[in-house]
Amino acid sequence: MKRLSRLRRHRAAGPILLIFALFTIGTTFQVASAVNSETQSVADRAVTIEEGKQLFLKGCSSCHGLNAEGGEIAPSLIGVGAASVDFQVGTGRMPMADMSTQAMRKKPVYNAEEVNALATYVASLAPGPEVPADEVLNYERDGSVAEGGELFRTNCAMCHNFAAQGGALTQGKYAPTLMGVEPKHIYEAMITGPQSMPVFSDKTITPEEKLSIIKWIKAAESEPQLGGAALGRVGPVTEGLLVWTLGIGLLIGVAVWLAMKAR
Amino acid sequence: MSNEVELIKDPGLPAHVHRRADTDPKAAARAEQQVAILFVLSAIGTLLLIYSYIFIKDDKFIFIPVLGNTNLHQLGLGMGMAIALFCIGAGLIHWAKTLMPDEEVIAHRHEFRSEDEDREEFVKTVKAGASAAGLGRRPLIKRTLGAALGLSALTPLLLLRDLGPLPKDDLTKTSWKKGTRLVTDPGDRPIRPEDLEVGAVAQTLPELAEGEERTLNNIGKDAVLLIRLRPEEFNLDAERLSWTHEGIIAFSKICSHMGCAVALYEQQTKHLLCPCHQSTFDVTRAAKVIFGPAARPLPQLNITVDEEGYLVAGAPFTEPVGPSFWERSS
Repeated sequence: MKRLSRLRRHRAAGPILLIFALFTIGTTFQVASAVNSETQSVADRAVTIEEGKQLFLKGCSSCHGLNAEGGEIAPSLIGVGAASVDFQVGTGRMPMADMSTQAMRKKPVYNAEEVNALATYVASLAPGPEVPADEVLNYERDGSVAEGGELFRTNCAMCHNFAAQGGALTQGKYAPTLMGVEPKHIYEAMITGPQSMPVFSDKTITPEEKLSIIKWIKAAESEPQLGGAALGRVGPVTEGLLVWTLGIGLLIGVAVWLAMKAR
Repeated sequence: MSNEVELIKDPGLPAHVHRRADTDPKAAARAEQQVAILFVLSAIGTLLLIYSYIFIKDDKFIFIPVLGNTNLHQLGLGMGMAIALFCIGAGLIHWAKTLMPDEEVIAHRHEFRSEDEDREEFVKTVKAGASAAGLGRRPLIKRTLGAALGLSALTPLLLLRDLGPLPKDDLTKTSWKKGTRLVTDPGDRPIRPEDLEVGAVAQTLPELAEGEERTLNNIGKDAVLLIRLRPEEFNLDAERLSWTHEGIIAFSKICSHMGCAVALYEQQTKHLLCPCHQSTFDVTRAAKVIFGPAARPLPQLNITVDEEGYLVAGAPFTEPVGPSFWERSS
């Protein structure tokens, strides 16, 4: 005790205490304001959820049910997560134009804000895969084209074609082309497994590996076509057709000319 | 009207029709010019090729209707070579057809049988040769020659050995053993059941032992597809159900028809489709064939977890994976 009281009367005691006090107040304020902004965003979120709910009731509930519980023609959306909604609505697949074999990619009905509201609303029903943040999607920095190509060939190429051009499934269903698809939507498709597509879990294909796949797809997309017409980049089918019709046609023409009697 | 059939007379050969270039000097000059033009075009084609090779940068693209954006360097090389070669050929043919001598010659078929004299002469020569060689008198040469010729016929048989080592049990065995971990392909990471959500798939291979390397032959047999469903979606008998683990079912990825990789899994219908011949397998019914040329379901791999909680094979495959082969029992 004696020691403490002696220290209290030290010359430096005043300034040190002052600095300590300022530091404490500053930190407290920072924490407090952080909490404050958190509560702010919670309030914002409530508004967004309400907006999303209104949009949902107008645009989606006739098929997916008033509480997103699903119906005879549409699945339950509880637990599908924001990523699923962002993919389906953001690519224009939902709302569906008709109940044919498969929802097609088309011009989105909702704008980005509305998609976000819908996604937030559905995510509020039960937890599910989240929309990947932009900083997560830095595939240019975190991906590797070579690794992505290897992963793509094992996991994606059988349905989406070895050049990511898409391909046929059973009964009129198909795997769509991946050319011109937003990286965010590719990522979301892998974690949510829309329609016929299975889910590719983060443990079997890690987030970094997913970025590599995206980087490979983007590399394939920007690959120049040296020969001009790509013929769909589906390999021997269209190329063969062209050779059989144009090429053999030309050869037959030459053969006929060769055998014709000169006049 | 008489009913007699009028015999058609042999009209003989049609009169030779001369070409215009044979009768009209102007036409001949014109044909000569055409041939020359074709050759000049060919020369221009070669020059175009050389020009493209040297002067056009290989990253230059131009837009061409129908073809779209095309690499000018490649286009110049291709078109140049095509024009050069085609016009030489076309020029030669045009030359031959319009200007080279135009005669019609009848070449009658001759008898195949040789003249009697020639035949006798031949027999005589052969006999003389044979007696001169003295085969009849020298049995040692005859026998050793026979042995040499006979043995030399074995050489091609020996070459059959080079068709490869016998497959032994390679066709019926895979690398999967009881307790082999399933690891991701690529990545070689072991998988826990909780890593896969419902609707997820994973392409897997058996974990390698220390110092082992993956060979293409092994990957071609060992590839296994993991699929997770809701356990109540299965329509399996008790044995096959016991081969699944918490709704995760594992099938050989090698098609029982022609050995393609079957991995087109449709999550909604639970169907597996083979991209080669559209064989379709129902995952909920142990990969029963529901469409296409495959004759057997995909072999199912018995899976379970080890004490560390990773997915492992509970037993090797009970049947050979992949397409049929002669010695296959079923």
